[in-house]
Amino acid sequence: MLIPIAAIAALASLFGLLLGYSAIRFRVEGDPIADQIDALLPQSQCGQCGYPGCRPYAEAVAAGEAEINGCAPGGEATMLALADLLGREPVEVDAQAAPPAMVAIVDEQACIGCTKCLQACPVDAIVGAAKQLHGIIASECTGCGLCIDPCPVDCIHLEPVPETTATWKWPYPVPRPTRQPVNQSANPSGQWQPQAAVPDVGPPDDAHRPAA
Amino acid sequence: MNFIPFHAGSRQRKLWQFHGGLHLPDEKTLSNTEPAAPLPLPSQLVIPLQQHIGTPARACVAVGDRVRTGQVIGEPQGPVSAPVHASTSGVVTAIEPRAVPHPSGLQAPCVIIDADGLDQWAELPPPIPAFKQTAADDLRQRIRQSGIVGMGGASFPADVKLAPGGEHPVETLIINGAECEPYITCDDRLMREHAADIIDGVHIMLHILDARRCLVGIEDNKPEAIAAMRQAVSAAGLERLIEVVCIPTLYPSGGEKQLIRILTGKEVPSHDIPARIGLLVQNVGTAMAVADAVLRGRPLIERLVTVSGRGVAHPRNFRVRIGTPAAALVAASGGYRPDQARLVIGGPMMGYAVESDAIPVTKSLNCVLALTSAESPDPGPAQPCIRCGRCAEVCPARLLPQQLYWHARAKDLDKVQDYNLFDCIECGCCALVCPSHIPLVQYYRYAKTESWAREREKQAAEHARQRHAAREARLQRLERERQARLRQKKAAAPAKATAAGAKAGARTGAKTGAVAGTKTASQHADRQAAIEAARKRAAERRQAKAATADPAASPPPTANAGQETNAGETR
Repeated sequence: MLIPIAAIAALASLFGLLLGYSAIRFRVEGDPIADQIDALLPQSQCGQCGYPGCRPYAEAVAAGEAEINGCAPGGEATMLALADLLGREPVEVDAQAAPPAMVAIVDEQACIGCTKCLQACPVDAIVGAAKQLHGIIASECTGCGLCIDPCPVDCIHLEPVPETTATWKWPYPVPRPTRQPVNQSANPSGQWQPQAAVPDVGPPDDAHRPAA
Repeated sequence: MNFIPFHAGSRQRKLWQFHGGLHLPDEKTLSNTEPAAPLPLPSQLVIPLQQHIGTPARACVAVGDRVRTGQVIGEPQGPVSAPVHASTSGVVTAIEPRAVPHPSGLQAPCVIIDADGLDQWAELPPPIPAFKQTAADDLRQRIRQSGIVGMGGASFPADVKLAPGGEHPVETLIINGAECEPYITCDDRLMREHAADIIDGVHIMLHILDARRCLVGIEDNKPEAIAAMRQAVSAAGLERLIEVVCIPTLYPSGGEKQLIRILTGKEVPSHDIPARIGLLVQNVGTAMAVADAVLRGRPLIERLVTVSGRGVAHPRNFRVRIGTPAAALVAASGGYRPDQARLVIGGPMMGYAVESDAIPVTKSLNCVLALTSAESPDPGPAQPCIRCGRCAEVCPARLLPQQLYWHARAKDLDKVQDYNLFDCIECGCCALVCPSHIPLVQYYRYAKTESWAREREKQAAEHARQRHAAREARLQRLERERQARLRQKKAAAPAKATAAGAKAGARTGAKTGAVAGTKTASQHADRQAAIEAARKRAAERRQAKAATADPAASPPPTANAGQETNAGETR
């Protein structure tokens, strides 16, 4: 009776010491979960989730204080990625598809050079000085829209980022209706369909016969 | 399998076979019987500023400028980029987005030149006939200046490809003359008509790479091209260096990795380039352009283009200036036949359909294909996959097209990459044999471009995160500095405070009649009294102000007040 108790007690204290030691020795700085969540967020710093930036929202989600569907620019894809990461159930997202990428544009005729948008921009994408025309560095703009409200003359608006040949994506093949003009759109992949193509693998029937 | 016996000049070379592939009706005789005809100069040229992989060139001419043939009109930006040259002399009438040969049908920045018909050449860099005595870097520089890109279709800048770096020296240069896609015959005609130039280009590239040998792979359905190339090799006396190899016709033997497999038996590692295993593949057209650039100083301003298909009256090859509209090519081929149904840029297997022929010829455009509906029948709607596995049997990259299809269809981009989506060369064999007519390649192209877009978004997000963090850090630093200044001010305050305290003490002393203003009182007590007095005064002021301001309800003045008024006026 005593020996098992002693053995269990010895093991318990051994593992206790081991765990205690590792907790000190391999201590993780920061919150790795929040880091992982932060990495999944689009980093537009728009504040639409109700938190001042992506990092605070990531920390709130990590702490279980915020829902995973708070990120509007991320849309459903981000929500699903968060659900996958955190092992939570997917929840309803307001906008199904992520909104298109936007970029802010300053109306040069109306800008009075008040510098208010400069202070509002979370990524320092607006350049300018007092009483000087402000300009937006399009490549740095995340399209968060935080500069729009502070502008006293409403000279900033968002526009979708124009699609170029470099950013264009092949469309997802849609099951097409049976009747369509035979012209270009009928076969958008440009796939040629000759009748006399012969595979180099012998007759297909043989190829499918399981090896004896 | 790794050891390859090499017999210079031998025509009995051991060849290997790649997995899968298809025997296609090659349709080459439609267009390869006549020599390539020079196309008359069109009245207007549209020259895209991006005709290569990498950063687009930046226009270095202005609207209204006169340009001469061969003059640089777009300068390369960054290391992986290529310049663009005026293909004829004339006046730049616009620099604006125009439709370019791209599956999207989108517009891209182009320089538009109204030709003057004189075709006056600009001053060209001097020819380098003694290239053997010239340093490889100088030759690479010349190739870069001449705007040469891979002309087999990928259009990767040739100078970058010819500089593979020190750790993987290139032993064997492979010249791709396979031209395995049906209909296309421009490389065939080029080899028949300019074999000597191609061999010169190969010789130059061998010198640049310091490679030991060169294999020219040509499919056996081009016997005239093989004969011409062999003759050119013997005429140049380069039999010990260059071997022209006749390879069996099997689509897609002209794929880079497939050709390497056929000629050397080696496999290029997944996600890697042939230079990794000491090989480098260049197209015959690129070799020709290299010879032009080095031996004649001429930049890449023209190329051979096949116009074929049963949808044009007279299919043939043309020698075309870059920027010529495809419509001019079709017109020179006798125009469309009434039963023309589709216009394809590139071959029927890997090309893409375009809506209009109002697009210019670019450095990598090899074929304009007008197909009739009989040649490209509508396969009908896609049926469910029956898991027959024929796609996997024909896949030359030895992938599992069916698995790729499932995951691409489910938009599972991680899974589809686990099945090596990016090793897919989009040859189209799987889609062609699919009995259910599933547009497999379209699914893979969708998954590839979607993955790239996600990657771009991820990088943009990381960039924005860094900028946000930098801004936060800056704001915090400014706040710290402000606090530090305040503290400094406070530290400087005691001197004044003592003086103020002395006065205050004198006043209180006068009221209470106690001895004040003398040096016997401790400084600490003085200071305390001064603070107390200041607080009392501040409180009184606040009360007084609140009493007067409340009825008016005017906000406290802020630093931005002036600007707000200003803004109000503008509004």
